[in-house]
Amino acid sequence: MAVKMVNLTIDNHPVSVPAGTLVVDAAKKVGIEIPVFCYHPKMDPVGMCRLCLVEIGRPMVDRATNQPVLEADGSPKISFGPKLETACTTPVSEGMVVLTENDKVSEARKDILEFILTSHPLDCPVCDKGGECPLQNLTMRFGPGESRFLFDEKMRLAKQVPLGELILLDRERCIQCARCVRFQKEIVDDPVIGFSQRGRALEIVTFSDPGFDSIFSGNTTDICPVGALTTSDFRFGARPWEMNAAASLCTHCPVGCNLTINVRREARAGGRDVIKRIMPRQNESVNEIWICDKGRFAYHFTESEQRLTEPMMRKGSELVAVSWDEALQAAASRLKKAGEKTITLAGGRLSNEDLFNLCQLTSGLGGQYWMHGTMGGGDLLAQVGVGQGTNLGEFGPGSAILVVASDLHEEAPVWWLRVKQAAERGATLIVASARPTRLDRFAKCVIRYAYGEEVETVTSLVPEYKTDVSEAICAGIQGILGAENLVVFFGSDGLGLEGTTALAAACMELLVKTNHFGRANNGLIAVWPNANTQGAFELGYRPAADLASRLAEAQVAYIAAADPAGDDPALAEALRKTGFIIVQELFMTPTARMADLVLPAQAFTEREGTFVSGERRVQRYYPAVRPISGPRPDFQIAAQIAAQLGFSLEERLASLVFQRLSEAMPDFAGLTYQQLAMVEEQWPLIGRHDLYFGGTGYDNHQGLGVQLKPAAQRLEPLNLPDVPELPPLQAPEGAFLVVPITCLYDRGQTLLPTSLLHERMEKPAIYVHPKLATRVGLEDKQSFQLVLNGISTLVQVIFDENAPEGAALLPRSVGVPIQGPALAQKEIVSG
Amino acid sequence: MSGYVLLRHRDIPDLHKLDVYLANGGFAAFKKAVTAMKPEEVLKEVMDSGLRGRGGAGFPTGVKWSFLPNKIWPHYVVANADESEPGTFKDRELLESNPFQFLEGLMLSCYAVQANVGYVYLRGEFWRIAGQIDGCIADLEAAGLLGEKLYGSDYSLRLYTHLGAGAYICGEETALLESIEGNLGQPRLRPPFPATAGLYGKPTVINNVETLANVPPIIERGAAWYRTFGTEKSPGVKIFSLSGNINKPGNYELPLGTTFRELIYTHGGGIPGGRGVKAIMAAGASSTLILANDQSLDTPMDYESTQQLGAPLGSASVIVIDDSVNIAWLVRKTVNFFKHESCGKCTPCREGTFWMDNIARRLISGQGSLKDIDLLYNVASQMQGKCLCALGEFSTMAVASGIEKFRKDFEALVKT
Ligand SMILES: Cc1cc2nc3c(=O)[nH]c(=O)nc-3n(C[C@H](O)[C@H](O)[C@H](O)COP(=O)(O)O)c2cc1C
Ligand code: SF4
Ligand code: SF4
Ligand code: SF4
Ligand code: FES
Repeated sequence: MAVKMVNLTIDNHPVSVPAGTLVVDAAKKVGIEIPVFCYHPKMDPVGMCRLCLVEIGRPMVDRATNQPVLEADGSPKISFGPKLETACTTPVSEGMVVLTENDKVSEARKDILEFILTSHPLDCPVCDKGGECPLQNLTMRFGPGESRFLFDEKMRLAKQVPLGELILLDRERCIQCARCVRFQKEIVDDPVIGFSQRGRALEIVTFSDPGFDSIFSGNTTDICPVGALTTSDFRFGARPWEMNAAASLCTHCPVGCNLTINVRREARAGGRDVIKRIMPRQNESVNEIWICDKGRFAYHFTESEQRLTEPMMRKGSELVAVSWDEALQAAASRLKKAGEKTITLAGGRLSNEDLFNLCQLTSGLGGQYWMHGTMGGGDLLAQVGVGQGTNLGEFGPGSAILVVASDLHEEAPVWWLRVKQAAERGATLIVASARPTRLDRFAKCVIRYAYGEEVETVTSLVPEYKTDVSEAICAGIQGILGAENLVVFFGSDGLGLEGTTALAAACMELLVKTNHFGRANNGLIAVWPNANTQGAFELGYRPAADLASRLAEAQVAYIAAADPAGDDPALAEALRKTGFIIVQELFMTPTARMADLVLPAQAFTEREGTFVSGERRVQRYYPAVRPISGPRPDFQIAAQIAAQLGFSLEERLASLVFQRLSEAMPDFAGLTYQQLAMVEEQWPLIGRHDLYFGGTGYDNHQGLGVQLKPAAQRLEPLNLPDVPELPPLQAPEGAFLVVPITCLYDRGQTLLPTSLLHERMEKPAIYVHPKLATRVGLEDKQSFQLVLNGISTLVQVIFDENAPEGAALLPRSVGVPIQGPALAQKEIVSG
Repeated sequence: MSGYVLLRHRDIPDLHKLDVYLANGGFAAFKKAVTAMKPEEVLKEVMDSGLRGRGGAGFPTGVKWSFLPNKIWPHYVVANADESEPGTFKDRELLESNPFQFLEGLMLSCYAVQANVGYVYLRGEFWRIAGQIDGCIADLEAAGLLGEKLYGSDYSLRLYTHLGAGAYICGEETALLESIEGNLGQPRLRPPFPATAGLYGKPTVINNVETLANVPPIIERGAAWYRTFGTEKSPGVKIFSLSGNINKPGNYELPLGTTFRELIYTHGGGIPGGRGVKAIMAAGASSTLILANDQSLDTPMDYESTQQLGAPLGSASVIVIDDSVNIAWLVRKTVNFFKHESCGKCTPCREGTFWMDNIARRLISGQGSLKDIDLLYNVASQMQGKCLCALGEFSTMAVASGIEKFRKDFEALVKT
C-alpha cells in the first residue's frame, strides 16, 4: 500500500513526508530542531509543555469557489493564524508553511523556558542529569539569560521522594511533562505512577505497593527531560562527562538488548574501572530504546568481591591457589589421559567464541560436548528460526504472533513489550498458556490448556488437522489462516527438556504446514533461559537427557559457565563419580566446590565476544572495563589448554576466533566482526546530539548485528522431526503435581549480587491455587517440607488464584531444584 | 404571572416535584418529540431558535448537536453542572428549584442526537443537589419517562449523575470528560473535538444546565416564539447572576440585550450607599474588566455588544465593583483563584498563574515596585496565546485589563 506523501516547507526547505507525520518529526527528519520537552517520538503527543510552538501557515481557499487563493505572482496565498501552534500535535498538511526561527517563535521559546525555570531549583552542580540535561541544553540555546523571578519566591519541594526502592523523585526538578506517566501507561501497561494535585502542586506519585511496581521503571529516568527521576543505583554516582561508554549486550535473557555501559576509573576502587550505570543502546530491531530493570540493574555480579581470581587445584581435600601454568598443565594432562572419555558441559551465557573453542578442544580429544540446560528445540531454529530481516517492530495488521508456554513478561520482558505493541498496532496475537499471563489482555484469542497438553494444543492449531476443537482453538486457527506473517514463540512454562523438545517440533510442524517459514517475519523463536543458548545450539551443543549417567561415566568433566551440582541434586550425585572435574567459572559455585581444578573466567564486561539472540541475531559486545587481574576469557583458557595438547586454537582475540568459527560453521559463513559492527540511521534520532528528543539512551555506533538466515531461507530441504506424544501428567493419591516456571527476579548467580533487587526477588515458595491447596492440605503462607524427586526442601505456600487447579507452580532458580514437571509430596513431620 | 421561561418555580410553588411539574405542562415537549417528531426535527427547531450556549462560549446549540457524525455510535450527551465560575449561581437555582425542566431539556437533547445515555456532571460541592437529581431520575424512571421504549417508541434513555471533586477546571468540557472517565481532570488536546471523539472516545454533546433548560419551551412553543425574546443574533432569555457591590444581588431572568444599566439600577436596586460604579466583570473571574461609564452602562448585554467593549459576556455573571474598591486588590483575588485552579497541565498557565499571584500579592501588600506592575503585565501577555485551554487565557484577562484601565490603582500601592 503506497503511503500518501505530503509536501510542505519548513523554514523554506521543501519537505515531503508521509501523511500523518507531525510537524515536529518532519522538521527533525530534515535536520531542523524544534525543541520539545513533553513530546517523545515513541509516544502520543500531549501538547503540554508548549515549548514546540511554531508559526504555521496554510494555503488559503476561497470559500465560494473552493479554489486556492493566489498571490499576485501566482503562488498560493498563505494564511497564518493569530496564535502559534504546537508542532508536536499538528500533523503536516499539503502546502503548509512552517516557520521555526522567526522572532515570534524565538520569543515564545524564551517565554516558555522562563516559565519553566521560575520554579526550577537549578541545582545543576549536584544534579545527576547535569551535563546531559535537555532543560540545561535547551535553556543555553533558546532560553533567557537571566530570570525576572525572585529567587526567594521559588517553591521549595521535597528532593528525595522514593517512588519505590529503585527510583527516586526530586519534586523540585519535575517539569510536569508526563513523559514518565505516559511511558508507564502507553508503552508498558503499568500505570502505577501518575499525577496528584493540580497546578504548581502537581506531583508524581505512585499508586502501587511496592512503590513504582514495574519491571521497566528505569526507562523513565532516561526519558525524563530533567533530573527529576533518578535510579537509586546511579544517583549521585558520577557526572555524565566523567564516564566512558562501551557498547555491550544484556546477558540476562534471549532478547539480546543492546546496552551501553558507562564506567569511570575510581581511586576508591584502587584505580579500577567501575561500572556506574547500564543504559539502553538503540536497536530498533531488537530493543528499540528500552531495557528492563533486570538488564539495567543486575550487573553487579561482574564486580562482586566473590569473583574467582586465581586458578585453584585440589591438593588433598583442599582447593589451593596455583599458577595458570600449573593449572593449564594439569588440565591438559588429565584431558589427554581421558581422551574420548572427556565430557564438556557448557552454559548458555558463554559467547560463541568460547563455545567454539571448547567444542574444538573437546572434538580434538574425541570427547563429547553438551549444553547444560533443560530446554530443547534450538536445532529446529537453524531450520525454521525467524527469517533474516524479521522485525517485530514492523508487525501490524496482517501479521500474527503465537506465544505458547511462555510468560514473556517475566521471561523476556522486551519481547513482551514488542509483542504487546505489535498487537496494539493490529497484529493478531494468540496466546496459548496454562495460566493467565500479562499478554492475555492484548490477545485476540487466548487458549487455556492444562499443563501437559502443550503439544496437543499446538498440533490442534494446524488447520488441516482441524477436528472437533474448542472455540478458542478455532479462533486461533482463523487468526493463523488470516495472516500473511506468523511468528511463533515457545517457552518452557511448566516444561522440562522432553516437553520443550516435543513442543518445538509441534511448533515447527505448525509453521511448515501453514507455510510460515523461510522468510522475514516468519518462523520460530525460542524463549531461552540464557542470552546465548541459541548460540550454543548453533555450534552443535545439545542438552542431554541422560546427563547424569554421562557425567558419572566420564573420566574428565570440563564444565564452563554451568552449575549442574547447584541446579540438580541428581547431577551432583553423578559428579561424585566423575574421575576429574574442571570448572571454569566466575564464582565458587556448588559445582566448583566439587571440582579438582577451578579456572577463573573473565566477566562479559571485561572482554569482547558475540551472542546469538532468540531471533538468531548475531551481536557483538565490547570490553567495558579493564579486566581484573587473574581471570582469563573462556575461549582463551580453552585455547591454552589445547596448545598444551598440541592443537592450535585461536587464543589471541575473540575476533580471530570468530573468523575461524565463521569458516567452520555454514550458518555463519562470511560473517565478520566488521559486519556485526555496521550501523545505519535509525528513527527516532536519539543519542548525545538529540538528548531532548529521545532521552539519554545511547545511539548505536557499534553495530546492529546480523540476523542469520535459517536453512529454509537458504532454500535447503527441511528435515521435519516427528512430534512426540507426551504422557499425560497425573498425580496419584497422596501426591500433587509441581511444574517449573520462570520468574524475572530469581535467585540466580548473576542476580543475587544486586542487593537493590532483593526486595523484588522470588522467595523459595510455591504458588498454589486455593482449591489445590485444600485438596493437598496446605495453607496460605504456611512453610512446609516439599519433597520433590526424593529431595526435601523447606518452602512457603503462596495462594494464587491464577495458578491452575491441577498443578502448583515453582519458580526456577530460587533454591528448590526442579527440572521439569514433577510429582511432589508434603513431608509429614511427625511429633 | 410574570411569565418566566426558566425560573418558573418562582411562579409555581413546588415545581421541583414531578407531579407539580407534570401538572404544569411538564414533559409535553418530550412526549411530543418522541411520539411525533423525528430527531432531525427537534434539532432543526433548536437550530432555528438561535439558542446559544449559556456555559460561556455562546456557541449555537443546534449547530453543536448537528456536528455528531452518524457513522459512529453510541452518542452521549453530558450536562455541564459544574458551575464553578466565581459570581455564577444560576445553574444551581435551576437544579434546586426547577430540576425537571433542565432534565427534560437534557432528554430532548439526547433524543435529538439519539443518545441512549446522558450524564449530569455536577461540581463536588453540589453533592446535596446530586442526591436530589438522583431522586428526580428515579421518579422519572418510576413514571416511565425514562427507561426502555419510551411512549411505546423504539427510543430508550437512561440518565446518570456524576459528582466531581471540586476542581474549577472540570467545567472545561474535555477535562469534564476525563473526570467522568475516572482520570485526572485535565483538558484534552483538540482536535479531535468531543463532537467526534468525546466521552469514551464517542461523539458527545456537552451543554450547560441553563442551555438545556431552554430546550423544552423551544420545542413546545416553537423557534419563532423563542425569538421574540432577545436580539437577532442573541435570541432568547438569559439568567444574569448579579453580585458584588449591589443592593439586590441575585439571579435575574431577562432578555438578552438588556443593558447593564437596567440590570444594575432597575433590577438590582443600585449600589449601596449610592456609590458610583467603577468597573464591571460580566463573566465572573474570567472577565475582562469593563470600565464603567455611560457608554458601557448603556451597552446591551448580548454576545455581540459586550464583545465590542472587549469583554465577552461569558456566563453572564455580572459582578459590580464600586468606586471604593482598589482594582489591584480585585486583580489579586482573581489571579489567586486561577493559581489555585490551574490544572497544571501546561507550562504557561501552571507557572504563569503562580508567578502572577506572587507579584500581585507583593503589590497589594505594599512591597512592590513600579517595575513589578510592568512585570505583572508582561507575564500576563507572555501567557496569552500559548495555553492549552481557555483557563490559562482567562487568568490573564483581569490582570491585563486591570493594569490597562486602572493603572493608577496599582501605582497607588507602590512604595515610592
Ligand atoms: C476553565 C473553564 C471552566 C468552565 N466551566 C464551566 C462551567 O462550570 N459550566 C459550564 O456550563 N461551562 C463551563 N465551561 C464551558 C464549557 O467548556 C463548555 O463550553 C460548555 O459547557 C458548553 O455548553 P454550552 O454550549 O451549553 O454553553 C468552562 C470552560 C472553561 C474553559
Ligand atoms: S535538571 Fe537539568 S537544569 Fe535542572 S538542576 Fe538538573 S541539570 Fe540543572
Ligand atoms: S518526573 Fe520527569 S518525566 Fe515525569 S513528569 Fe516530571 S519531568 Fe516529566
Ligand atoms: S491552561 Fe491551565 S487549566 Fe488549561 S490546560 Fe493549561 S494548565 Fe491546565
Ligand atoms: S507541547 Fe509540544 S513538545 Fe511539549
